[in-house]
Amino acid sequence: MTVSTIHDIGYRHYEGRRLGRGYVLRSLFVHNLRAAYGLGRPARAKVMPFLLLAVMMLPSVGSVAAVAITKEPRGLIPYAAYANILQVVIAIFLATQAPVLASRELRFHVVPLYFSRPVGHLDFVLAKLAAMTTALLALLTLPVTLLYVGGLVTKVPDSGEHLVRYLTALVGCALFAVVLASIGLVVSAFTPRRGFGVAAVIAVYMLSSAFVVIVQGLAEMRTNFTLAGWVGLLTPFNLVDIVQVRLLGAPRSSAAMPEGTLAGMVALAVCAALVAGSTAVLYARFRKAGLS
Amino acid sequence: MNPTIAMITFRAMLGRRRALLLFGLPLVLLAMAAALRFTDLADLDTTATILQRFGIATLLPLLALIAGTGVIGPEIDDGQIMYVLTKPIPRQVIVLTKLVVAIVLVTLFATVPTLVAGLLMSGMTAQLAPAFAAGVLVGGIAYSALFVALAVVSRNAVTIGLLYALVWESLLGNFAPGARSASVQQWALSVTDALTDASVVRSTVDLPLAAALLALVTAAGTALAVVRLRSLTVASAE
Repeated sequence: MTVSTIHDIGYRHYEGRRLGRGYVLRSLFVHNLRAAYGLGRPARAKVMPFLLLAVMMLPSVGSVAAVAITKEPRGLIPYAAYANILQVVIAIFLATQAPVLASRELRFHVVPLYFSRPVGHLDFVLAKLAAMTTALLALLTLPVTLLYVGGLVTKVPDSGEHLVRYLTALVGCALFAVVLASIGLVVSAFTPRRGFGVAAVIAVYMLSSAFVVIVQGLAEMRTNFTLAGWVGLLTPFNLVDIVQVRLLGAPRSSAAMPEGTLAGMVALAVCAALVAGSTAVLYARFRKAGLS
Repeated sequence: MNPTIAMITFRAMLGRRRALLLFGLPLVLLAMAAALRFTDLADLDTTATILQRFGIATLLPLLALIAGTGVIGPEIDDGQIMYVLTKPIPRQVIVLTKLVVAIVLVTLFATVPTLVAGLLMSGMTAQLAPAFAAGVLVGGIAYSALFVALAVVSRNAVTIGLLYALVWESLLGNFAPGARSASVQQWALSVTDALTDASVVRSTVDLPLAAALLALVTAAGTALAVVRLRSLTVASAE
């Protein structure tokens, strides 16, 4: 006959130091930022982000090389136009990496595990948003910085003006990054199935830009330049470019855009609404996923 | 063809909210066509521009990518493909079934909407609408075979497909005309070009060459998918 006993090991509270909200935010941010470039994951996950980063750098390397050889400062790609010229590559980066941040935990139903710890819903979403923004910012600013440094090394004239333009482009890049990150995360948070998130993000980009290009073409054919300019608000790259050009005074690189500072203010308001709206939607989405 | 595999694949592609994505894409094209029809802006030039830019250059690669990689990619990734592969069904039957499902989906969501949009905007003028529908159909078959093969070969199939469809066909095509001729899009456009009298549609590839290349890509894609599926190693899901 076996005798079973119940041992009273007591319930012990944790009385050590709590690391707090800032620590939670920072940990989630670093984890998501590493995930965005596949760091800490198998080599297979690193191939695509770094390949796209390399593709992103190529034109700037070529441009600097061309300036160094020909001594023709106009060969340097305008800093603020860089993101617009390479928007396809940026969109593919967003499409492949946003689902890594926003869909994987939903697909494997592990979101409740996060919220069983002292992690706030808003902190969780903000960390993801900040991580994706930082990842995109790195992708956008590295080639632009290379252009600027290359220009300094090859002694392009008007270095003061170049510095101003470079700083302007950095502000533009930050806006590009935050707007694109919020769109990408929202879309991929609603398409958790593997492969579908990528397709959905790229679909949003391609459909919006194809729509805008067609409407702009039709409007310009009928000399309705007002419509051609304002419809640019509907696609992310044109939207941010309007802010860059109308508020920051960057040289324009989009096919058409509305005139005046007011247009820039409207575009900036649309950007702000997009980011705020996306945060709210992501908050609701992950809150619901955390309950199941 | 194996009806059970076909049915399961259809259900995986169209189940729940996923169908919304597939329905949403052609809906934009149809809405645009309807709007142009009602504002009387839809002349032949406009129709051709929209069907080419939206139908062949956007809708077709996007849907073929979703359908082509979607029919087999997720199953390989999460290991479910093993339940199919361990049944006594020849691998070429599995690949053919998946390919047929992808082609049916592309036809439903890209070819038919292109035809309807074309008819809405310019009726049967210059056979433009049927010509574009035919182009999208043959392009869709080639793209589907290509992307099914890609999905069997690589886990990054969607990204590689995107790089091909967007960077190779669109971006490089603008700088290097040679790259433009080596693209499914141009071959599909060549079929359209041959079927319509409208002079606005122009392809850089001649029809016989385009047809041969389309057939070649379709056959090669299918064969590659079969060969690679014969010796598939299923790694654990990440």
